Amino acid sequence: MEPSFLQWLADPGLSHFLILSAILFSLGIMAVLSKRNVIMVLMGVELILNSANINFIAFSRFTDLSLDGHMIGLFVIIVAAAEAAVALAIVLNAYKRFKTINLDDISMLKG
Amino acid sequence: MIEQALHSISQFYPEIVIILTLCVIIVADLIIKSDKPVTGWIMLGGLVISGITILFQAGQNGSFFYNMVVVDPFAVFFKLLLVLAGIFVVLFSLQSKELDSYYTRKGEYYMLLSGMMLGMMLMVSSTNLLMIYIAFEVTSISSYVLVGFTKKETDSAEASTKYIIYGAVSSGIMLYGISILIGFTGATDLAAINDALQNRADIPMILNISILMILVGMGFKIAVVPFHFWAPDVYEGAPITITAILAVASKTAALGLLIRFFSVSFIDSNGLTATGIWQTIEGIHWTTLLGGMAALAMIVGNLTALRQDNIKRMLAYSSIAHAGYLLMGVVILAQEGLASIMLYLFIYLFMNLGAFYVAMLFSNSIQTESIEKYKGLGFRAPLESIAMTIFLVSLTGIPPTGGFVAKLYIFSAAISGGWIWLVTIAGITTVISLFYYIRVVKNMFFYKPESNEGIIQFDLPSKTILLILLVPILLFGIYFSPILEFAKNSVQIFGM
Repeated sequence: MEPSFLQWLADPGLSHFLILSAILFSLGIMAVLSKRNVIMVLMGVELILNSANINFIAFSRFTDLSLDGHMIGLFVIIVAAAEAAVALAIVLNAYKRFKTINLDDISMLKG
Repeated sequence: MIEQALHSISQFYPEIVIILTLCVIIVADLIIKSDKPVTGWIMLGGLVISGITILFQAGQNGSFFYNMVVVDPFAVFFKLLLVLAGIFVVLFSLQSKELDSYYTRKGEYYMLLSGMMLGMMLMVSSTNLLMIYIAFEVTSISSYVLVGFTKKETDSAEASTKYIIYGAVSSGIMLYGISILIGFTGATDLAAINDALQNRADIPMILNISILMILVGMGFKIAVVPFHFWAPDVYEGAPITITAILAVASKTAALGLLIRFFSVSFIDSNGLTATGIWQTIEGIHWTTLLGGMAALAMIVGNLTALRQDNIKRMLAYSSIAHAGYLLMGVVILAQEGLASIMLYLFIYLFMNLGAFYVAMLFSNSIQTESIEKYKGLGFRAPLESIAMTIFLVSLTGIPPTGGFVAKLYIFSAAISGGWIWLVTIAGITTVISLFYYIRVVKNMFFYKPESNEGIIQFDLPSKTILLILLVPILLFGIYFSPILEFAKNSVQIFGM
């Protein structure tokens, strides 16, 4: 590898975190689009939310956003927890009705 | 600091009343063991009080809680609309037979409904991106549960599963967009974002992408093409009362949020021309993009509605089409466009809630949501069928109903904005929409009922509610200038 690239890796800055979060976001979107299991899709959603969180924290560390970023990060964690709780309850109920958590099989409504 | 917080509380009464209602409902649900829907009446009272406190806010203009929320004519107009929709939906819920088999959980239902009301009221009045996101999520999470409230039905279970997956993904994408927007401008307040953008010489492409991502979240809530895939399934699977609030209030709140987001964040205060707002965020051709979305929504919504048999599903596609007509006003975004959106939303509230209400009454008495089974209903329930006809005629936009005035204003605003192709599409799709609306009327009146089917009796409260919904539609077909004046005054705060 080129020495300049290694140097860039050794000195983490804003761009490193943004790239990391972009990768996480893409993985989340991929999970949502490709997985058929509801739980896997919900994990993809968590990845998306956490990638946004990394953005917030990185911006508040490296730019003049200061504490606002941390604040938003905390709120996002709370919202994500609430959403996951509701989602799991709904999925459990769907499992009771359909005996499956495969998204392709949970589709009786059509037209 | 304390003074400011105390001062802010004095401007926060409508929301506080809703929060108190929510708490009282929880406690009442625990204490009172009665067969009567006490919690529903508590919520109705709370909403009425909240509506009255909103009336006292009319004409005020200020921002509170460290610029987190504002009280301005625009927010007041939307909050009144939302509370009005909430009151109607609670009245519907009190009569719904669908919810009766879940009477032990009625408290939860009204509690979640109050939570949703709170979220929607904050959505239209917040000016901070964090607050916008939280209000958005409060609305969403309550509505996910409410869609799956009749949990023994497979339809309902499926609808809520689909809703939460679409909702969580699109709000996640919106959050990512918000994070980029905040990072680039270094501000969470909409006005501060505006300042930051004005001071920049160049607008990077990533900013446009972040706004696109935020548009995904809002488009999901408005149910506009291409983010509409959840709407038909969710509307069909949810209890009718919840379908009504999703189709009316949720859409209204999201549209209010969208308008405020675009017109406060990106307005160019220096040169206020017709395209002033869009110049601030160059890079993507925003008007064409939104115009395209509106056109697609009108085409897809109206054409797909043609071959629906379930009344809720048909109204779902019709509401997608209406989202397209409403988005046409956002494309114009000048004073005319915004005022016509607000007039449209006001009339849309009555006509759409009315259509859902009649559908609910029919579902209560003959246990069907199929339009085919509506045959002969015109003779078995004349008053309700005539009311349904008027609601559907108004949704089509035929004079002398309010729907005509609403469409007329939004079309003429689009024409004066130079959007001829968009108005052409809107006009053609309106004609198409006549087919599926009139099919319901045809089924009701052009077929004789079976000999064993007698007249259906409806009680006095349901007739009263029907009349309350019916009168404004006929009235606003002739006399609508007060609403229009109010709407025009309301959008002046954006400097238009």
